[in-house]
Amino acid sequence: MSLLAISDLKVSIGGKEILRGVDLDLRAGRVHGLAGESGSGKTMTGLAVLGLLPHGARTSGRIALGERDLLAMPAKELNTVRGGEVAMVFQDPATSLHPMLSVGRQLTEHMRHHLGLDKKQARARALELLGQVRIPGPEGAIDRYPHQFSGGMRQRIAIAIALACSPKVLIADEPTTALDVTVQAGVLRLLRGLCDDLGLAVLLVTHDLGVMSAVADEVSVMKEGLVVETGPRGQVLRDPTHPYTRALLESLPGETS
Amino acid sequence: MSPTSSSEDLKGDTARRKPGRSGSRSPLIRFLARRVLTALLLAVGITLVTFVLTNLVPGDPVSANLGQRALGDPAIVAQWRAEHGLDKPLPQQYLMHLQGVVQGDLGTSQQSHRPVMDDLAESVPATLELAGAAILISLVAGVAFGVVAALRRDRLSDHLLRVLSLIGISVPTFWLALMAFYVFFYRLQVTPGSGRIDPTMSPPPQVTGLYTIDSALAGQWDVFASAVGHLITPALVLALYTIGLLTRFTRSAVLEVLGQDYVRAARAKGLPGRVILFRYVLRSALVPIITVAGLAFGSLLSGTVLVEAIFAWPGVGQYAYKSATTLDLPAVMGVGLVVGGVYLVINLIVDVLYGVIDPRVRLQ
Repeated sequence: MSLLAISDLKVSIGGKEILRGVDLDLRAGRVHGLAGESGSGKTMTGLAVLGLLPHGARTSGRIALGERDLLAMPAKELNTVRGGEVAMVFQDPATSLHPMLSVGRQLTEHMRHHLGLDKKQARARALELLGQVRIPGPEGAIDRYPHQFSGGMRQRIAIAIALACSPKVLIADEPTTALDVTVQAGVLRLLRGLCDDLGLAVLLVTHDLGVMSAVADEVSVMKEGLVVETGPRGQVLRDPTHPYTRALLESLPGETS
Repeated sequence: MSPTSSSEDLKGDTARRKPGRSGSRSPLIRFLARRVLTALLLAVGITLVTFVLTNLVPGDPVSANLGQRALGDPAIVAQWRAEHGLDKPLPQQYLMHLQGVVQGDLGTSQQSHRPVMDDLAESVPATLELAGAAILISLVAGVAFGVVAALRRDRLSDHLLRVLSLIGISVPTFWLALMAFYVFFYRLQVTPGSGRIDPTMSPPPQVTGLYTIDSALAGQWDVFASAVGHLITPALVLALYTIGLLTRFTRSAVLEVLGQDYVRAARAKGLPGRVILFRYVLRSALVPIITVAGLAFGSLLSGTVLVEAIFAWPGVGQYAYKSATTLDLPAVMGVGLVVGGVYLVINLIVDVLYGVIDPRVRLQ
């Protein structure tokens, strides 16, 4: 079943067309990889879903979450979707977590806002989440600050924050790019596992086809604001039809067919 | 696949964990203790500096204080010097001075023939009231204006606030003080004249030495109204420069924070706008704001000398001016100590606030 359907999404900023009609379909329990070079519009697609595009961006098309169109939604209603039904994980956990707020505060504030939990309930849920993303010693970790964790741990915390209100859709924007290669695999396995266990629809934005081949079920390839190819991972990565996809694959060191 | 973490990931984290994990309470106290200790050392330094500087000034307190005829008599001069300890070597004079300071004895003013401590006890609260009000006004107005200007960037209110802050920064305080006095008191007669309260009233019973607070504590509301009325114009005049400065700095600090990833992440969490502004944006912006505020309040103190002179405010500024022009060394040293001490306290407050706001400072 399609959870989030993006159709004919166009975005322009200052008269410049960034997205020129993007179609994507996210399904429960599936990881949808979005590949493409820098500037192809992958990140903008992710941001558009949550209405986080830069100031002055103009959008058209439809982003359907069930029956509702996120693009046409009033700001207040969209705010209940953000973090509630659709959550996001950003590229660099060193900058996407507030350095002066404790992990517990950043894990619980939106739960208390969206779900109306009291302090104790939110804390209990936060501890549960930290365990779920495999943070060792949640009881101690919850009162600490982001700078006291390693990069991989910070990204796990960011994922826990995203999962706090049990969203249906998770947008992960280059979630492993800023991490050491040694911890990337752990974070990807975590994302994959959460997707399977919780039935999340995940949009995994990445320029790294290696990451893509490791976890994605479907793959879409973007170029200059358009999706040029989309399909199951095996088909797109092993038997690409679009010349751009072939070029991307051939540029991988040591992975040319 | 099941969500298992790589062992590298875990190791990296445990290595960072300090032995004997700590909450946030005890590091804060240790942090505070360290800052206070540093401040005490600096305080001793201040006594040394004020003493040396005061004794270096080319000027002879003897000729400044004795009449022409007395100066002609070496016996009287020698006696006067001995009375004031000026015949001893400088290091010994310093030690005597330091001993006095510790005991709360700053010597006797050669001008008023009263203990300097008593003079300061009268003038310091007056200045604290004036400067404190100005600091309060500039913090509230400067930060509020800066936030508004940043949130409404490039709109009309931003431009208006930019003009206002530029005026505040560029207009000289003494001119502003004269104009305010002339326009509001002399021409429009909307503000009371000089001094701290109406001359027909007697000051409220002294508790803090601040007339506004003391009169409120005593329930003398007519005195309170008069004290506030007298305070408001000089305080505003004094505050205008810092308001302008803080508006500019707050605006740029807030704009910078607004572009941070964690603010976008907070939006992605669906937090309400006011929570993002106060919890996410202002908290970060406060660090540069506090730095500038600390520096600005130092310059605000020197502004009090002029403002006090024009509004006949019986504060430290006036006292400093009088004692400096008559080479009243004990009084000058006393004022130096007080001003140095105030700087010290401001810096201590700034340092402590860094630690309170930013866990990265506190948890080092």
